[in-house]
Amino acid sequence: MRTRIFVSLTLVLATLALAACGGSPSPTAAPAATDAPAATTAPTAVAATPVKIAILAPLSGDVATFGESTKNGAEMAIAEWNDKGGVNGRPIETVVEDSQCSAEAAVSAANKVINQEGVKFIIGEVCSSASIPISGIAAPKGVVQISPTSTNVNVTVDENGVTKATIFRACFIDPFQGKVAAKFALDNLKAKTAAVLLDQGNDYVRGLAEVFIAEFEAGGGQIVVKETYTGEDTDFSAILTKVKDANPDILYLPDYYSTVNLIAGQAKEKGITAVLMGGDGWDSDKLDRAVVEGGYFTNHFSSDDTRPIVQDFVKKYEEKYGAKPDALAALAYDAATILLQAMKDSNADDPAQVAKAMEAGKFSVVSGDISYDSQHNPVKAAVVLKVEGGKFAYTATVAP
Amino acid sequence: MEKAQNRGVPTEGSPAQSRHDGMILNRISQGLFVLLGLVVLYVLGRAGWKSPSIFIQQVLNGLQLGFIYALIALGYTMIYGIVRLINFAHGDVFMIGAFTSFYTIATLNLHRWPLWFWPNASGLGVTLLGTASVIILTMITTGALAVVVERFAYRPLRSKPRIAALITAVGVSFFLEYFGALPFAYTNNYITYPRPFEIEVYNAGKISPMLIGGMWVLFAVAALLFGVLYWRGRKGDLKARVWMRHPVLQWVLMLGGFMSAVLTLAGLHVETGGKVWDLSTSNVTLIIMGASITLQVLLQYVVNRTKLGKAMRAAAYDKPAARLMGINVDGVIALTFALGGGLAGAAGVLYATAYKQVHHLMGIIPGLKAFVAAVVGGIGSIPGAVVGSLIMGQTEVLAAGFISTPMRDAIVFSMLIIVLLVRPQGIFGEPATEKV
Repeated sequence: MRTRIFVSLTLVLATLALAACGGSPSPTAAPAATDAPAATTAPTAVAATPVKIAILAPLSGDVATFGESTKNGAEMAIAEWNDKGGVNGRPIETVVEDSQCSAEAAVSAANKVINQEGVKFIIGEVCSSASIPISGIAAPKGVVQISPTSTNVNVTVDENGVTKATIFRACFIDPFQGKVAAKFALDNLKAKTAAVLLDQGNDYVRGLAEVFIAEFEAGGGQIVVKETYTGEDTDFSAILTKVKDANPDILYLPDYYSTVNLIAGQAKEKGITAVLMGGDGWDSDKLDRAVVEGGYFTNHFSSDDTRPIVQDFVKKYEEKYGAKPDALAALAYDAATILLQAMKDSNADDPAQVAKAMEAGKFSVVSGDISYDSQHNPVKAAVVLKVEGGKFAYTATVAP
Repeated sequence: MEKAQNRGVPTEGSPAQSRHDGMILNRISQGLFVLLGLVVLYVLGRAGWKSPSIFIQQVLNGLQLGFIYALIALGYTMIYGIVRLINFAHGDVFMIGAFTSFYTIATLNLHRWPLWFWPNASGLGVTLLGTASVIILTMITTGALAVVVERFAYRPLRSKPRIAALITAVGVSFFLEYFGALPFAYTNNYITYPRPFEIEVYNAGKISPMLIGGMWVLFAVAALLFGVLYWRGRKGDLKARVWMRHPVLQWVLMLGGFMSAVLTLAGLHVETGGKVWDLSTSNVTLIIMGASITLQVLLQYVVNRTKLGKAMRAAAYDKPAARLMGINVDGVIALTFALGGGLAGAAGVLYATAYKQVHHLMGIIPGLKAFVAAVVGGIGSIPGAVVGSLIMGQTEVLAAGFISTPMRDAIVFSMLIIVLLVRPQGIFGEPATEKV
């Protein structure tokens, strides 16, 4: 399937390239002209030209609900700032692109906003597998990228362990979620054995699963089954039969809701009684609540949190979109707030200065009080939610 | 020297020489495959010996998967048998079938229609009638879709080189997949499928011994009858030979055999080492099994015994001559596609019911695997499609269960290579002959 998609994408890209070359030379020439002077322009010289901020999110595909929430959250924060007169006296303009949670679409979306639209600040992507390629384009060009929810380590740090200067995130990273899940399973659920199923081809799933396994074993637990599958699988009967035979206390499924629905449904039909656990990929209204009933997942935010900033945000979000915000909306809201706050703190629109302000700043936002460590990961707490009666109930907060 | 021998005019002894070289390589590769096969058998045998209950459960899992592939493979093989076209769009017609049933259930609520007229009707009757109408409506829709595809995409190319139709089939496949992704069609989302009936898990306590016994009696009677007829046929009784192949007899034989085997295995109540064997099957598995056996027998009956089937075979053998004999070849081919599309639609409903999720790319992988199954069984052969699919299902599940999960698909597709090396025409296939 991947090859077929690749072939079709190549064809589409080739057509687009041809169209761009033959049709109009102006859009390719324009960014080259604006690229050079932008870095030297003083912020005071531009009075009311809008600041462009791009939102890259998967608005279609298997995690489309994530993209929708992200867009809503970020747009809400930007609208609030615009109502207060913009940032540093300039209105904020958003550019929204569908990056489909895939590397291919993300690369073309990032190239489009940076080269054609001249965007210097990007909010996105949701998925690590798309944010990493975007950071590969944004970092060399000095564009600030803040990903609301990409939890993979390599979003902000390159393969050699060097922090990418202008790339940040608003969420905690995979190791932390795996660690919290393992701690919660050992301490709160008193689990002794666990089974882990993971998609070998998905950075996010593998990141959570590996840390969970390491932490769970370090804490005295035992991993009785570890099995892999691929993203295209629909029949999990063979590996679930193994899980059932091992009869673990915990079945850890750190995948997105679309796959969790399939696996959890079949696990229930197989009569597996283990407590299901997962990561923030579960946080969707398309999660099949009936099949994961009684399960727990780690998350960034709970709308039941009683802090005033949270309740204020929940109320405003409900008024605007008619639904309770999920973690993705909250983190996108936070990401936009952090970015705009840093622009205000540095009183600049030069990405390098804004990045410095983010590194140094302390931000009190919906998902907690955030400061950045040397790898541009926020230092903050995580919450554990339980699926109970078809609702997500706030269970515990686990601090780093 | 060697190059000259291979390319130039053959000198004395050179063909024998090169054939000899090839033989050594062939021997080595055959030896390797035999060795591989023995290793696999050893691994499976050891696993089966160590924990028979898991082994049996995996075989049961594999049966469900295999019969699902069979439903799709039947459509592939029939269309290939008649038109000699590998209809790559088949998997996507299957996807459309799943979505059609999704809408009939989710928006029309058709699976509960008897309740509109008899609000007090009992649960089972409503479910049976409702599910049957959903499946039939879906089959009609996908059958019509297949006919439309045939009319606009394949018929204009029928007299052209076969590769043109093949590439068109790939094109139609892409068209259906990405048309389905459009926001006003099925969208690009994973959608939870509302089952027309609830799944029920059957294990040791839940299956009545009467049912199992009944199935065995059914199977025994059919087998006995088959044996008697076979024996009479051997002795020269022509009538017995004809009766032996009667579709009802074959149907009862296969259905009784599989049902009794599956129910007995799932109903086993054995204790080893203080642990009761925990085996189970579900009503979805049984329905999928029943549906694909029934459709297989029905298809064989249509192709081998009816006037339409005769026309199909005639059209497959020689189109111009069939036309001269007064057969409406275009009509027959359209009907073949309608049947194939209907099969894909039924498969789509049952697949979505089993896995509870629909997506616009859901047809690709099952379609590909069913195609491989049809090739393994011998493409063009109806029993071959079922046998090939069962082998595929078992290989996939046993490989995932006992050998290595990440290598599962690699193992499945190596099996295709092995079968094709030994029997290029597939297990039930006829050797390709050039028509003169």
